[in-house]
Amino acid sequence: MASTAYDRHLEGLAAPHGGHHPSLQHQFDSLEQQKESSTLGMWMFLITEIMFFGGLFTAYVIYRSTLHGVFAEASHELNVTLGALNTAVLIGSSLTMALAIRAAQVNRQKLILLFLVLTILLGTTFLGVKTIEYRDKFHHHLVPGPHFAPAEAALQQVADKAQIFFSLYFIMTGIHALHMIIGIGVLLWLLVLSWKGRFDSTYYNPLECAGLYWHFVDIVWIFLFPLLYLIGAHTH
Amino acid sequence: MNTSATAESVVAGPETGYERPNYLNAEYGISSWLLTRDHKRIAILYLVSVSIFFAIGSLFAMLIRLELLTPEGDLMQPDTYNRVFTMHGVVMVFLFLIPSIPAVLGNFLVPIMIGARDLAFPRINLASWYIYNLGGLFVLYAMVNGGVDTGWTFYTPYSTSYSNTHVIATGLGVFIIGFSSIFTGLNFVVTIHRMRAPGMTWFRLPLFIWSHYATSLIILLGTPVIAITILLVAVEKAFRLGIFDPKLGGDPVLFQHLFWFYSHPAVYIMILPSMGVISELIAAFSRKKVFGYKVVAFASIAIAVLGFLVWGHHMFVTGQSIYAATVFSVISMLVAIPSAVKVFNWTATLYEGSISYQTPMLYALGFIGLFTLGGLTGTMVATLGIDVHLHDTYFIVAHFHYVMVGGTIMGYLGGLHYWWPKMTGRLYPAFLSRLSALLVFVGFNLTFFPQFILGYLGMPRRYWAYPEEFQVFNVLSTAGASILGVGFILPLCYFIWSMRYGKKSGDNPWGAIGLEWDTPSPPPTENFYTVPVVTHGPYEYNPEEVHERTSHPEARVG
Amino acid sequence: MPEHVASIKMYVGVFLALMVGTALTVFAAKVDLGAWNDIVMLTIAVTKAVLVILFFMHVKYSTRLTALTAVGGFFFLAILICLTLNDYLSRFELLGPLVPGK
Repeated sequence: MASTAYDRHLEGLAAPHGGHHPSLQHQFDSLEQQKESSTLGMWMFLITEIMFFGGLFTAYVIYRSTLHGVFAEASHELNVTLGALNTAVLIGSSLTMALAIRAAQVNRQKLILLFLVLTILLGTTFLGVKTIEYRDKFHHHLVPGPHFAPAEAALQQVADKAQIFFSLYFIMTGIHALHMIIGIGVLLWLLVLSWKGRFDSTYYNPLECAGLYWHFVDIVWIFLFPLLYLIGAHTH
Repeated sequence: MNTSATAESVVAGPETGYERPNYLNAEYGISSWLLTRDHKRIAILYLVSVSIFFAIGSLFAMLIRLELLTPEGDLMQPDTYNRVFTMHGVVMVFLFLIPSIPAVLGNFLVPIMIGARDLAFPRINLASWYIYNLGGLFVLYAMVNGGVDTGWTFYTPYSTSYSNTHVIATGLGVFIIGFSSIFTGLNFVVTIHRMRAPGMTWFRLPLFIWSHYATSLIILLGTPVIAITILLVAVEKAFRLGIFDPKLGGDPVLFQHLFWFYSHPAVYIMILPSMGVISELIAAFSRKKVFGYKVVAFASIAIAVLGFLVWGHHMFVTGQSIYAATVFSVISMLVAIPSAVKVFNWTATLYEGSISYQTPMLYALGFIGLFTLGGLTGTMVATLGIDVHLHDTYFIVAHFHYVMVGGTIMGYLGGLHYWWPKMTGRLYPAFLSRLSALLVFVGFNLTFFPQFILGYLGMPRRYWAYPEEFQVFNVLSTAGASILGVGFILPLCYFIWSMRYGKKSGDNPWGAIGLEWDTPSPPPTENFYTVPVVTHGPYEYNPEEVHERTSHPEARVG
Repeated sequence: MPEHVASIKMYVGVFLALMVGTALTVFAAKVDLGAWNDIVMLTIAVTKAVLVILFFMHVKYSTRLTALTAVGGFFFLAILICLTLNDYLSRFELLGPLVPGK
């Protein structure tokens, strides 16, 4: 790992095909440099995502601290079972994603395809459950805005503050869902590339990067679930 | 040290007129530019875009200064004035100051200075230019449809619940431009970590690279927060939510916390690259290595980190607790220290250096003086007690223009003048360029120094009319702005002129030391003919060699 | 350099640990622990996140720079939250109960 760029340059030249692996881009000296760079680049992008969602979590923390009790009360309207189910589904999809990458590492082409398909299916299931939840909120007039009208008496008294909880709920889970949709899109594209035999143990950077993204989206949900669904679960 | 001496360079040169293959003549045609992956071409693309938006922002500045010539509001309606200063701020901050040096000079030089063939992600680099223009289009759309009147700071609840101007379009434009910035920063960080040439250790990197590295860290960590904040404003406005509206249970101060969490570090995004340029200029035109190299390098990182801890000093009078305000005030004093250290070190570099007053050096010297004034007034307003009186007055306006124009733009212009021969292979007229530098310096001070006095005397900012007693300073300021305008227009003219009629510069007209000067001007597409191997640190100027190094006669002082 | 290939058992093991964590956090939430509810919940969430980062995201087998990047991102998020809270928690008028009877 401590090789210099020059060492990599020499390694690249000494490799088969004179170092011109079909996937090696011209600005890099070796596949290893390219892989390290693409992984590091993806991590840099992920820290922007940490801060992007982080702004929302900050708003959540502030409002939860200053609007005592309202958040816990409003949280009752969320379905813990569906939330927990979705958590399991998403964590499962992280497992299948990790296994897809592992399959590439050991050159099992069919397994790459299988695990990518499973990941996409699980991700889509998550989105399906979310759609059910959103529709349910819509029917119960819990969508913030001019038509916000909670049925629960305790919430009606603090309706304006409760709508902040639901605003954050929709925005945080909505942006999370948007990330999932984009992720599924990327995975579909990678599925096509995998089917064409693009990835093997010497080159699977796009899979690794997509995996990092996917796991990150999973981590966001790992925090979203308890913070949104579970904070009022112990009262009534 | 690798040289560019090949058989070709013996034949080519100003005398023979034969042009070696370089990145400019490698391919012709518009798609070879619009679909390029060459970081140097992308830098030129950015130069064009950034210059256009600077011109637009300047037009708004001109309108402001014209209105403020007289105490009455007689040039435009107050509503219109609000839109004018808002668009001035939005365009200048997001479409000029933040991208300019990194996207133009950084894109061009970062790979070359570290000995690489290109940035780590060339396609992402090109994408960032397109995204920049897309965001710019949104802002232009808002502009031609009446603009925004909230101030560039988009404070809520005015921006979310009351303003009927194109907040959403402008906000989305800024959101999109943020991605452009992030892609540039991401590219720089990975490139600097993973693509340095053999022997190029961290402490042999030019300070320009250290600055751009620190800047990129800020970009990655800060920009997403303003992105989500603007998104929240847009969503709130579109769906009539109440996240920041007190009538609906929201908190406007939370908006400000989130907004300034980025927007304060943003000012370091603007100044750090400029400081990086200044380090290069001071070294080259004193023929001396920068004093205290490691300290300056670490100071860049310190500014980046500390810059994230002080945002509340923009909110001293808007409702924070006094406790929080005090904390932010104290840390703001700390963040001034690494900047001051840099100024000391540049000054120490000048001491006993072999100084020459070429145009880039004039800008660098101007920077040192003006940035010092801007920085000192910054510590003044970081003082809680003083800021209570000076907040939202022209003192603040003068302070930030000293650092952003006297600081960032001086560095940008100095850098453009220094590396112009490298980028184009041409020289610009020395007399005109030095005249422009002088006009910029004089014009700038005449424009903004009176504003310190105005603010101290109590003239509020963002006001379209003012009491008569303030007129004389406003007139001075507008006069200065006209001179400053000429100082900006001249380089535009002679730079364009030089591309066709300027004298060929040769590879290293300044006789400077750096990997970028060891390759032809303009460089070949792959930057270097062979992989450079670095054996010593930057700025290894040897006093005896000074007069022997290649130096174009036109580029030397008299 | 050979890339570290983790075993399927490791991945499944982490997955099971994450499932246990999810169940645990749901059950703990249903018990009234007062102020500890939040602490337990966040501890479990952080543990799950760390497992995902170390093993699914391969940070355990990556360079120190990768690990530093991950930590750095969360560190600056902590700065954002903590310094903002610094303001709100010192404004005591904001911290009283708002829902009647709770």
